[in-house]
Amino acid sequence: MTATSGRVSSFWCGLTLVTGLYLAFLLALLISTAAYTTPHHLWAALDSREIRYSIGLSLVSCTTSALLALLLAVPVGYLLSRGRFFGKAWLDAALDIPIVLPPMVVGLCLLIFFQTPAGKMIERVIPFTYTVAGVVLAQFVIGAAFAVRTMRGVFDHLSSRPEDVAMTLGCSRGQAVWLVTLPASRRGMFAAFSIAWARSLGEFGPILVFAGATRLKTEVLPTSVFIELSVGRLEAAVAVSLLMVALALIVLVAVRIVGERL
Amino acid sequence: MIQLESIVWRAGTFRLEDINVSIPTGSYGVLMGRTGCGKTTLLEIICGLRRPLGGRVLIGDRDVTHELPAARGVGYVPQDGAMFPTMTVREQLGFALRLRRRPAAEIAERVDQLATELGLTALLDRLPQGLSGGERQRVALGRALAAQPKVLLLDEPLSALDEELRDDLAALLRRVQREHGVTALHITHSRAEADLLADVLFRLADGRITETPLTPGRSSKP
Repeated sequence: MTATSGRVSSFWCGLTLVTGLYLAFLLALLISTAAYTTPHHLWAALDSREIRYSIGLSLVSCTTSALLALLLAVPVGYLLSRGRFFGKAWLDAALDIPIVLPPMVVGLCLLIFFQTPAGKMIERVIPFTYTVAGVVLAQFVIGAAFAVRTMRGVFDHLSSRPEDVAMTLGCSRGQAVWLVTLPASRRGMFAAFSIAWARSLGEFGPILVFAGATRLKTEVLPTSVFIELSVGRLEAAVAVSLLMVALALIVLVAVRIVGERL
Repeated sequence: MIQLESIVWRAGTFRLEDINVSIPTGSYGVLMGRTGCGKTTLLEIICGLRRPLGGRVLIGDRDVTHELPAARGVGYVPQDGAMFPTMTVREQLGFALRLRRRPAAEIAERVDQLATELGLTALLDRLPQGLSGGERQRVALGRALAAQPKVLLLDEPLSALDEELRDDLAALLRRVQREHGVTALHITHSRAEADLLADVLFRLADGRITETPLTPGRSSKP
């Protein structure tokens, strides 16, 4: 900022001020929430069987849905990045539908789909509506959209030249992607997984509509906040919220640390 | 031998028409032309990375027009080296042989031989990020030669190097081409590079290709 002029210009001061105010606002939100509760409330929340179940289900369902999202995002992201085909712009836009739709509407769409003949056939094999599988599916729908977008960006930034060379050396296209491109995109895959995981952790609307809010069954952390608030236990709601903040921070730090080592 | 017969390629308003090229077996062909005239496209057509709209590509006596890149028996050295980002120099040099499931001892022997020949022995355990431009090009050359292709295709391999390195690598290219007995096609926009290396010289302009006489009294080949 000061390398050329020797003093900080008003331009950079302005940018710093805006950034500082925004950061201060975010910190104020977290600090005020933290100050609202006490260690006693936190322990009480952790001691509750329902909340412990909700933490466990959140961790398992978020990890499962994020892994499924990554499995989808790698091939779809690659197709969008490297493929040249008619209707690509439309496909690209269509894959953003879960991002732009209101979350409640996503839940409603899921609920209605599983009332159709095709949906009912699927449910005969795996029941989704108001089940743990439904929680994972609702999280997956939103998380996958973000993971696909991330993986497309990752492949866009990786040159296709090494793949071309690998093909002249004896690889099929699939082998070239597997042996050359995927190892080079491991940081991006980790980022896509993390984004899908974090989105899943905060998902509430579609889960409430599609999987319900049944304690010790389909209750995840955001559902716990909603249930505690609805019965007037604000302290417990705040304690669960702080748990979610802590989990999100752990993920953020882990992403940074692991991402740098990969 | 590399032979292109009546190759046609179009992309939007860009077109290559009736391209005929013949580089005799064991010769060093150089293709010159301005940036954006289609030199790389032509090389990619020979590699099999692009399919021409018409015409035939022959390598040796074999028509490879409809074959996959993997089956053509070409070694390809792109402009920037196109290193495999997560592989060490040793792994890059052994890549083509690992794909062919050659025994580990044979791969190790071939890697050592190429590394010695190209001056890469001290770099074998390095990743591409730790290599200079000249080192990358030598690795790319070794990687392309590992499976003993009949044809070597070089896309401006010297353009990103400083003058001294360029002369050294040009000498290395010529030596390696002779010793391995490969037919080479080298793309450049430098007349000096062409004079230094070419047995046969072609010029691509306005979508058409012409064979150009070599400069009389040009500097002797390294």
